[in-house]
Amino acid sequence: MDAAAAGRALGRRLPSAARAFGVRRPPLVLLVLGLAVGLAAALPALYLVFAVLDDAGGARDAILTNRTLGLITRSLGLAVAVTAAAIAIAVPLAWLTVRSDLPGRRIWATLLTLPLVIPSYIGAYLFVSALGPRGALANLLGAEQLPSIYGFTGAFLVLTLFTYPLVLIPLRGALQRMDPSLEEAARVMGRSPRDVFRSVVLPQLAPAIGAGGVLVALYVLSDFGAVSIMRFNSFTRDIYIAYESGFGRTEAAALGMVLVLVMLVLFAVYARVRAARALHRATPGTQRPAQPVRLGRWRWPALAFCSAIASVALVLPVGVLLYWATKHISSGLELGALATNSWHSLLAAAAAAVAASLGAIVVALLSVRYPSVVTRIVERVGYAGYALPGIVVALALVFFTTRVALPLYQTLAVLVFALAIHYLPLAVSPIGAALVQVPPRLEEAARGLGRSPLAVLRTITTPLVASGVLGGGALVFLHALKELPATLLLAPIGFDTLATDVWHQTSFGFYEASAIPALLLLLIAAPPLYLLSAKGSVAS
Amino acid sequence: MLFRRRPASLAALGVLLAGLAACGSSEDDKTLTMYSGRISPILSPAVKQYEDASGFDVKTRYGDSPALAATLTEEGKNSPADLFFAQDAGSLDAVEKKGLLLTLPADILAKVPKRFRSMAGKWVGTTGRSRVIAYGEKVKRSELPDSPLALTDERWKGRVGWAPRNASMQGYITALRLVEGGDVAKQWLEGMVANDVQTYDSNIPIRDAIAKGEIDVGLINHYYVAEAQAENPDYPVKVHFPPKDLGSLVNTAGVAVLASSDNREQALKFVRQMLSDEAQRYFADSSKEYPLVATVPGPKELTPLADIPAPDIDLAKLGDLQGTLKLMRETGAL
Repeated sequence: MDAAAAGRALGRRLPSAARAFGVRRPPLVLLVLGLAVGLAAALPALYLVFAVLDDAGGARDAILTNRTLGLITRSLGLAVAVTAAAIAIAVPLAWLTVRSDLPGRRIWATLLTLPLVIPSYIGAYLFVSALGPRGALANLLGAEQLPSIYGFTGAFLVLTLFTYPLVLIPLRGALQRMDPSLEEAARVMGRSPRDVFRSVVLPQLAPAIGAGGVLVALYVLSDFGAVSIMRFNSFTRDIYIAYESGFGRTEAAALGMVLVLVMLVLFAVYARVRAARALHRATPGTQRPAQPVRLGRWRWPALAFCSAIASVALVLPVGVLLYWATKHISSGLELGALATNSWHSLLAAAAAAVAASLGAIVVALLSVRYPSVVTRIVERVGYAGYALPGIVVALALVFFTTRVALPLYQTLAVLVFALAIHYLPLAVSPIGAALVQVPPRLEEAARGLGRSPLAVLRTITTPLVASGVLGGGALVFLHALKELPATLLLAPIGFDTLATDVWHQTSFGFYEASAIPALLLLLIAAPPLYLLSAKGSVAS
Repeated sequence: MLFRRRPASLAALGVLLAGLAACGSSEDDKTLTMYSGRISPILSPAVKQYEDASGFDVKTRYGDSPALAATLTEEGKNSPADLFFAQDAGSLDAVEKKGLLLTLPADILAKVPKRFRSMAGKWVGTTGRSRVIAYGEKVKRSELPDSPLALTDERWKGRVGWAPRNASMQGYITALRLVEGGDVAKQWLEGMVANDVQTYDSNIPIRDAIAKGEIDVGLINHYYVAEAQAENPDYPVKVHFPPKDLGSLVNTAGVAVLASSDNREQALKFVRQMLSDEAQRYFADSSKEYPLVATVPGPKELTPLADIPAPDIDLAKLGDLQGTLKLMRETGAL
């Protein structure tokens, strides 16, 4: 999210005493760390600058064709549609799984987040197998041929179903942190539940919805797997074609730059649209957990809605995967390799999640608590790595590592580093959203009582944003689990992960064999997701 | 929490990564590093033959040929790779153009016909694959045209699949441009698009779509069907080698030695091994590709390599795809 805008808004409301305490000026340590993280996150964009300057004429030619505008329009159109649909799905799911007495809501929360782990190219392939013109559904219905799902429809469907958890996760965190006394007050004043939701709850959730929405939009812009299988001609697909033609370094870099610019414009619009207001609670005392809302007879439609989403986004793909897996299992399993690959996936993804979370705490703190031009640049540059296709991030790391850190090249260290900067915004945004809900007054009080800025950070701020950190770390973990282009190019030779295993199998056309590593990805992702959803009201 | 845990976790991460860095960079004299765009089930048995014969280990990084070519380009002289095994001539050509490949000695180049290697002697083809029209059960052999150019006919409307992103497909269009002229290529592309050709990502999805009946015919490389038939003799897709208009154009997979290799002699031995009768026979038997070394006969079931009309152009020009991509974009094929 653009935490800086929120920070600025907060800044205007801070009592002038806060400025006297020096709250507005970041401690030097934090600033230095922030710049280091910013520089690291800027590497993919810097690489593009190098590549473009290498052949500026070629880059200009690549951009100035009549295709570019059309492709951007198509990609943006898809991004906007998917984002809107993802929000429409995630808002009711988040409310139901946090605030209502929906039966089994923690399990629902886990199940409904899992689709995020299904790599989009696998998801798209599964959808084509199941819902394609001659797919399983056509067979089941005895239809000769179903309407084609290729093109916009298919890309929209697949990307929506596999990205809405990007909104769901931060939204659940925000709901858990929200002070119920505001709603209660509104209820006591005679507002209807619907009115309370619209006028009290929704505004509080806006930062989380915005943050998640931006992540969805950027994911769609950078996605290659789903659009390529669904045959939707997007901007990223063009970047891949440029690389595939073997000569396209300049062209790919030029198009990548355009993507970064589009992202910056997207941010500028988002920052303007967003309402700037203070979102932390104003009353003294300890926050109480909210009382779950009784659904009553609404329980059934609620359950039906959750089941419907879970069946298309999870049960359907997992069902196809299980079917393939059982067909494949008879030809024997390499359990040793599967175990090693699972361990590798776990190791790389967990290390990337820790590294990205640490970096993200720094970035989020700077942009929310100490907004300035510098911190805003640091934050926005961080998003470039996420908006760019994985292959660009991977090649950027190849470029820089072989030039400045050759001994580290193709070691796990560089892979983890690449994954961390690629997915940094996934951690920044929930942490930023959490931070906006933490009253700066607490920090000011602690400073006033003589605590050092670092001690305040450690004892006050960090525990209060713990749910944001967990949510952010989980998002990075889930993405890193399935990451492919960077892992293929940067991992030590022989360091196979479940995702590369899936890729190997599908590139041989062995879709059935790819089902087993794909299912293991889901199995590995489930426990952390469950723990996350079982955390309950973390903010207390 | 942040600043209490940070040093500890960073230190732990550092130790872990340093350990992995150490084992990653432990350069053993008896090791070659290869980047391969060919998949491991096809390549690794041939690599094993080399390892057994030489006592060397080959560490192979698998990936897509173009992505690996891009990686080699970014690595430049600091590349850890000794060898590059690519799925298509275009990727080899891209790395050659950056001046990163070693000129191969005459004894290696002499084993492979001129049209299947780099003009400057920087890489050699190892096996050939022919473009074919693959067809499903609803199509009779007699209905199939002699030339892919005839697929713009009304009767094939919406029934044909192609993969415009695929290097072999682009190679075919380049050959068409160079031999028949840009106008013929342009007309064909426009005709195909107008005829509602179905676009796929690569060869395998086309083959699978024919098997499922989504489409009736597709333009792919011959060996994908051979692979599927090896798994399942009743596989419902067959191949037709269209004799006219370069319809069964032969493309090549090939191998090159990086100029930056510190183990050039062994790397060259590896290349020689790939062109040995043993390896060539293995490729012909397992993946049903054309061996390129004259002493090894091709798979019996295929049209002999010598009978496939070859354009009088060098394969290096096929690597020059800019014009083809431009044409494909203009016509809406890409």
